Amino acid sequence: MAASKPKVIPGFSVTLGVTLAYLSLVVLIPLAALIAKAAGMSATQWLATLGDSRVLASFRLSFGGAAIAASVNGVFGLLVAWVLVRYRFPGRKIIDALIDLPFALPTAVAGIALTALYAPNGWIGHLLPFKVAFTPLGAIIAMIFIGLPFVVRTIEPVLQDVDRELEEAATSLGASRSQTFVRVILPAIAPALLTGISLAFARAVGEYGSIIFIAGNLPGFSEIAPLLIVTKLEQYDYVGATAIACLMLAASFALLLAINLLQKWNRQRRGAAS
Amino acid sequence: MIEVSHLSKTFGAFRALNDVSLRIPDGKLVALLGPSGSGKTTLLRILAGLDHADSGHVHLNGLNAANLQTRDRRVGFVFQHYALFRHMSVAENVAFGLKVRKGANKLTKAEIADRVARLLDLVHLSGLAPRYPSQLSGGQRQRVALARALAVEPRLLLLDEPFGALDAQVRKDLRRWLRQLHDDMGLTSVFVTHDQEEALELADEVVVMSKGRIEQIGSPADIYDNPASPFVFQFLGNANRLDATIRDGIAHVAHWRTAATGLADGKGIAFIRPHEIDIDPHGRDATIRHHVVLGPTVRLDLRLDGDVHAEAVIDRDSHARLRLEPGQQVGLTARRIVVFAQD
Repeated sequence: MAASKPKVIPGFSVTLGVTLAYLSLVVLIPLAALIAKAAGMSATQWLATLGDSRVLASFRLSFGGAAIAASVNGVFGLLVAWVLVRYRFPGRKIIDALIDLPFALPTAVAGIALTALYAPNGWIGHLLPFKVAFTPLGAIIAMIFIGLPFVVRTIEPVLQDVDRELEEAATSLGASRSQTFVRVILPAIAPALLTGISLAFARAVGEYGSIIFIAGNLPGFSEIAPLLIVTKLEQYDYVGATAIACLMLAASFALLLAINLLQKWNRQRRGAAS
Repeated sequence: MIEVSHLSKTFGAFRALNDVSLRIPDGKLVALLGPSGSGKTTLLRILAGLDHADSGHVHLNGLNAANLQTRDRRVGFVFQHYALFRHMSVAENVAFGLKVRKGANKLTKAEIADRVARLLDLVHLSGLAPRYPSQLSGGQRQRVALARALAVEPRLLLLDEPFGALDAQVRKDLRRWLRQLHDDMGLTSVFVTHDQEEALELADEVVVMSKGRIEQIGSPADIYDNPASPFVFQFLGNANRLDATIRDGIAHVAHWRTAATGLADGKGIAFIRPHEIDIDPHGRDATIRHHVVLGPTVRLDLRLDGDVHAEAVIDRDSHARLRLEPGQQVGLTARRIVVFAQD
């Protein structure tokens, strides 16, 4: 008798109802509206938008740049988290607080600050032999800036939980430091690292405010997809904007789903039954 | 042969080890016994190279351990909470020490698989090779940890509270099994425990530690029969602690008198084990306050003259035969009284 089975946590039906209603209101209905709009498009309209070399270039920059930025953040975010978790040094709390700044700072402010630094006559820009601001590289730097806290904040708690005894066990079994890191620590934090990287990636794909200041927005060269959507809207090309938006949505969803499946497969392979 | 000389180690203001010297001959199974904070785990970790002493030396087979990295010491370390690699199967855990080898000692995949199979057989876990640590019971995890430590063919096996996290029955089985393994493999083993029963049952030699110092080293029988200090006596099982007065080489303890040769006149401390007290139903030395049945034995709570409390443990049969009841007066004979000078 399932109905009479006592439940440990009551209110399942109520909470599920609220959850679904909330999720629909906040996430699903806007997305459904987008898809409904796109569904009204003809095949030729789709082809016209998606075959456009300017659109394709913007996708390359948005997704390619985000992938590069997320990978860079994966490496350095891990390093930052490692230092913050493993070492005690003066100013650690301040650095820890600084990590969150990209969360809090208005993206336009970040964009302007980065542009001022990396412009050809800026503090950093005039030292570099190549152009950073007003190129795709500038867009990637802005993406790195806004993505860092995602990686650091997801890895930190997991890294804190990695038992020191595991490292000692590996050492006593004859593993070198690098072997201990690669074979023992990295696998333990890999799921969190992957989550952090995918969050940073998703954030970078959707980023608009900081990038448009530094990227220069040259069509077909340093223009990101979200900006192209705004441009099309300003030109009353609602169909084109919807098509790009839909494709971004599909691509982001597919990538995040792939990462989630990878995580699940990884968990099953590791037999983490408990 | 392990030689430890004048080791000291402090953590902040806490003296974990205070001038500890010790020799462990090859092939022995040695227990480091003491309460928490006595420095026993610190000593074990220094032997493994996981901690470093502030002063003093450790020599492993004549080599100064200060010049040896943990990985070059050929030491197997078994952690209290196993420290198994959760993302590796049982077989991968055991193979870890072999897989990370480099250079001339590197084994082929087939050799590693072969040795892992033999070790899992040894710890009776052959069927569980593909499982993950989360799918094992505590006792099984401990055996995986042991197989993993043994895989690198250590000369010295170090175990930190190896049975601390297990329930009583499993602990008993594993103890017996560890003893046999030690003998079969010809290892030198050192294990840390706070359980005197475990130390006495398992070890060839027991090192009793307290507050960063070694209180006594000896065989289990030796330290039980001839404890060197009040601490050792009390730590190795229940004891009645009674005030004693020493006069002319005789200690007066409650109504008893016993030889106290070599002790100066004055106050002393006397210890009597509860099971070394005989009860005489016709005497009048003490009053029975309660009795508590503990399986095959009965514990009697006694009140001696001067409102002194003591415990005696007798077997159930004697208890029934003597027909002892609370409130009754009985005579007490102590088969053994150990007296120390008041410190």
